[in-house]
Amino acid sequence: MEFIMAILAGILFTTGIYNLLQKQLLRIIIGTGLISHGAHLFILTMGELKTGKPPILTEGVENYTDPLPQALILTSIVISFGVTSLLLVLAYRASQVNGTDNMEQLRGNDYE
Amino acid sequence: MSNLAALPIILPLLAGIVVAFIHKKTKIVRILSQVISVVNLIAVAWVFLQVQQNGSIILETGGWAAPYGIILVGDLLSMTLVLTTNIIAVACVFFAPQSLSKHQEEYYFYSFFFLLVAGVSGAFLTGDLFNLFVFFEVLLMASYGLIVLGNGKVQLRESIKYVLINLFSSMLFVTTIAFLYSVVGTVNMAQIAVRVQEVEQQGILTTIGILFFFVFATKAAVFPLYYWLPRPYISPNPVVSALFGALLTKVGIYSILRTFTLMFNQDVQLTHTLFIYLAALTMLFGVIGALSTHNVKLIIAYNIIPAVGFMLMGIGIFSEVSISGTIYYLVHDMIIKGALFLLVGALVYVAGTSDLRKMGGLIHHHPVLGWMFFMASLVLAGIPPFSGFIGKLLLLRGGLAQDELMIVIVALISSLLILFSMIRIFIRGFWGEKTENPYPERKRKAAKMAWPVAILLSFSVLLGVGAEWFYPTIQSIAEYLMDPQIYIDSVLKE
Amino acid sequence: MTRTNDIILRTTTTLIAFILLGFSIYLFFAGHNKPGGGFIGGLMTSAAFVLMYMAYGFRSLQKILPINFRFVIPVGLIIAVATGIGSFIFGEPFLSQTFAYFQLPVLGKTELATALLFDLGVYLTVIGVTMTIILTIANDRGEER
Repeated sequence: MEFIMAILAGILFTTGIYNLLQKQLLRIIIGTGLISHGAHLFILTMGELKTGKPPILTEGVENYTDPLPQALILTSIVISFGVTSLLLVLAYRASQVNGTDNMEQLRGNDYE
Repeated sequence: MSNLAALPIILPLLAGIVVAFIHKKTKIVRILSQVISVVNLIAVAWVFLQVQQNGSIILETGGWAAPYGIILVGDLLSMTLVLTTNIIAVACVFFAPQSLSKHQEEYYFYSFFFLLVAGVSGAFLTGDLFNLFVFFEVLLMASYGLIVLGNGKVQLRESIKYVLINLFSSMLFVTTIAFLYSVVGTVNMAQIAVRVQEVEQQGILTTIGILFFFVFATKAAVFPLYYWLPRPYISPNPVVSALFGALLTKVGIYSILRTFTLMFNQDVQLTHTLFIYLAALTMLFGVIGALSTHNVKLIIAYNIIPAVGFMLMGIGIFSEVSISGTIYYLVHDMIIKGALFLLVGALVYVAGTSDLRKMGGLIHHHPVLGWMFFMASLVLAGIPPFSGFIGKLLLLRGGLAQDELMIVIVALISSLLILFSMIRIFIRGFWGEKTENPYPERKRKAAKMAWPVAILLSFSVLLGVGAEWFYPTIQSIAEYLMDPQIYIDSVLKE
Repeated sequence: MTRTNDIILRTTTTLIAFILLGFSIYLFFAGHNKPGGGFIGGLMTSAAFVLMYMAYGFRSLQKILPINFRFVIPVGLIIAVATGIGSFIFGEPFLSQTFAYFQLPVLGKTELATALLFDLGVYLTVIGVTMTIILTIANDRGEER
């Protein structure tokens, strides 16, 4: 199971990076979304995949699910939600003000 | 447990929220923000004194004991940096009304500003690697808000790149934490430090260490990863540039300092030697960038990069003297970069252009500004008796003691070139024939801009002249950092 | 502005929006010890609002919900931070939480936790942020054309 998850995370990363290297802004944002999904799955996998066990750590309980990765992922999801939505607004404004959403044309040295 | 450790985070956070409620009433917000910043500075200074006298303050949030819950560790290093952060914040908040437009002030500048201060303080204080990521995101979120303030065409274009590079490195940060978690099974820094010594395959830890370095180096703008820094830093308002230049890259350097003294110190031969080479390249390329342009803002922005190189050099040499040099330089650089960005903001304001070729002779109209800039250049380049000199002296002494001649020579050359790049602004911009003042009506506002910078500069001079007085504190921090066991014991309390 | 014939969307929205709202409130209250919580509840509530916006337009949404969503963000944040600071008064560490069982008239024995207050802050913040962002983009286009 861990093996499959690792490959899945890898696929998400590769597609994410492929999209990140595109010229269109929207594709880049989708790429960042994919990468963050890959990272989240990766955390889950790294905390060992177990089901049906309680997240308890006391004496006598030998078999338990680790709750920490889930807490980490939840935090990370909230953060990536915030950043992605902010990035969407930013990209929208930037493409409107600059008249293009092509990264090639969003270059230049004409800063004030 | 002591709630004092959370004070530097909570106060600005609350201030930011309160200010958001009344963001339309600019005058009240302005005064309120200034009062709160000063109060915050006093509070932080008080906590700093407490830490200096009684040792680290550790707060286990929610009452969860150390390895399980999230902890905040207010040790001497963290508190020193938080104190410096707040000094810069006070200067910036007094500078802001002069340089921001009414629209920008209304558009939540002060909220984002306080959020940034809270995030930076949190990143310095946290004792939990994942929480470090969270505070990174808090401060980055605030910086995204600040960088687009004003909605200029170039500004939006540059901020997209800024957001993307930071988002990517944050995702790598999360992935790296996952790697580390799978090896040591914890995210508490002290417990990681204990467990890394027990791991049998040290190779994998070195790999993870380098991955962490990659993440922090992106934030701190170390050699191959500095390309994104200069342009987004100059596109927003001067106050925002000052905050970015003074605080953001330094958080990256702090993280490198903390992780590589506390956790990843098994393979010093490999990792720290790598740092020395990267530090040398960072210094050289940064200073070449500073020499390559006529845009004054860009010159200052490029000057951030060699400073990062100096600090990294101290970490790379990894001796007590060099680490104390890094800490000294860190504090010095935060203050002087804040001052320089504000000064250049004032310079561009009075000259009406940021192109060096179009200005000249401004010292006849703005003598205070001119001489302050001259002094700031000397401080930055490390001319005695100013603060830059002490930091560099410690770094060079550390380098010579370890026979790292190459880096010492590179550091000296780049110091000289830094001085050259700064004096170029002074000579072309301020010196020269008396010309007609392009904007005589801007004189009064420029005088108002000058005094927050004067505060920062006087701190900088104090740091240099009073080195005798500050050095024992810095030295004790360096001793503390070189012996991770003190940190581990204070957090885990066996 | 041309109106499309969206009778199916409008009819279903009247039903679905209420299901969404009801479920989001359930999620919100379940949050502190079952799956759910302020974040997911807030997202679902804003999903209901967005659906209403898509079916009936911005004017109608403003008539039903005369709230400035930008104002909701600091309200939510201050609730969340205040529950964290509240523990200072009782001499507990920052962000400490507690819970107790109460005998309420209709519900019977109910568990009330301070974590719920924190969740309320998160809930409001998430609604504020989501709605602000979506309405910013949506209204912006309206002005341009």
